[in-house]
Amino acid sequence: MSDRAPMIGYPNIQKMYRLQWEDVQQSYVLLFPEGMVKLNQSAGEILKRCTGKLSVIEIIADLESTFAVSNLADDVEGFLAYATQSGWLHWPEQ
Amino acid sequence: MTTVQSITPPFWLLAELTYACPLHCAFCSNPVDFAQLSNELSTQQWVGVFEQARALGSVQLGFSGGEPLMRKDLDELVGEGHRLGYYTNLITSGIGLNEQRIKTLKDQGLDHIQLSFQDSTREINDFLSSTKTFDLKRRVADLIKANEFPMVLNCVIHRLNIDHIGTIIDMAVEIGAEFLELANTQYYGWAYLNRTALIPTREQLRHADDVVRQRREQHGDRIKIIFVIPDYFEGRPKRCMNGWASTFLSISPDGTALPCQAAKMLPGFDFPNVRDTSIQDIWYRNPAMNRYRGDSWMPEPCRSCPEKSVDLGGCRCQAFLLTGDSSATDPACNKSPDHHRVVSVVKAASEVQSKPLIFRSPENSRLQTIARS
Ligand code: SF4
Ligand code: SF4
Repeated sequence: MSDRAPMIGYPNIQKMYRLQWEDVQQSYVLLFPEGMVKLNQSAGEILKRCTGKLSVIEIIADLESTFAVSNLADDVEGFLAYATQSGWLHWPEQ
Repeated sequence: MTTVQSITPPFWLLAELTYACPLHCAFCSNPVDFAQLSNELSTQQWVGVFEQARALGSVQLGFSGGEPLMRKDLDELVGEGHRLGYYTNLITSGIGLNEQRIKTLKDQGLDHIQLSFQDSTREINDFLSSTKTFDLKRRVADLIKANEFPMVLNCVIHRLNIDHIGTIIDMAVEIGAEFLELANTQYYGWAYLNRTALIPTREQLRHADDVVRQRREQHGDRIKIIFVIPDYFEGRPKRCMNGWASTFLSISPDGTALPCQAAKMLPGFDFPNVRDTSIQDIWYRNPAMNRYRGDSWMPEPCRSCPEKSVDLGGCRCQAFLLTGDSSATDPACNKSPDHHRVVSVVKAASEVQSKPLIFRSPENSRLQTIARS
């Protein structure tokens, strides 16, 4: 557990990017102009929930219940921070 | 031996739809003869190519040319690409892109437009010197943004325009580009013949590098600038196309399948055609595609080099152009026995500094003025 304040907001995928499942690669990928990032399973599961409809807290709760695990907050927020820094996520004004 | 299992899918499919182009630049690298035009793949044939490549795992689909907007069925092809799940990229000079057309393309699911200077020797200089070209690019840039596409501007840089790189960046910012790719001239075809006149000098590159750094600071987040120093100057070759037939599959207007557009010039290759061979056979079994996969084809010094997985021995076309042997170590590498050829090209470049390219067409005299100034 960390002391930092929880992330707040309803992230969605930046307009330029598209998240999709690729059968051939058996993974989610993020597509953008002339490029592709292949996502590992957890990254794919997190980004899949970044639809702008779920808050960070709801994303974490949904992942914890889907995969029947707890204490995902740090991992999820860590990845969301990375994804934001990479320019993949858009955080609409509240 | 390269086995089928170790071959990655052709993630990037480039459809060179047509050699037709409204510009007819004097020094076009494309064969702009009309015999070719009658030989273009049909709509159905293109769709067949898209379906097959998608099934193999292609995800990026690029439409280029010539000028792809010259194909009347471009909208339909974009729509099919989108329906199949591709990320669709249009590479265009912008000529022929109006409000109606861009809206149709958007509706068909086009994801990205790259606004390019297709013939940099003339078009960029027109951009810098004539309001007409600048206004065209700005008008197209406005359309691109109004339709919520990312705004990517691409220009090819060489000796005649590299000193204007600061102005190019400023003008790109002015038309609202979010990304600017300053690409190196690839020295094949016409550019190869003129390489001593086109290759920038070391001093020019150093200066350009400084200018780019300064502009990055000045413009901050407004624009992302991509600028790579050509490998002639670095002592190590660039990994070409992420490796021969590893990622990229290019289809010519007539259906010829290539691991890279430049590879067309390599002698002794019989590149397959999508009219009579499936994409699966082309990608996984064709001898031309397999020729430089993996590292068993490598000669010394690459074969025993610890860096071979980094650059994969460099560019096969560059090797061919400079040594006459497409299997040789890329002479851009300072371990290559032919590296002196690159050194002498670079050296010759610095010696002919004041010699401008001779253009046949009279309207290009302005260009020479720019090159000298
Ligand atoms: S714009 Fe490109 S394709 Fe068109 S004529 Fe010029 S070089 Fe050729
Ligand atoms: S010898 Fe070959 S593998 Fe080694 S660095 Fe040079 S080009 Fe690359």
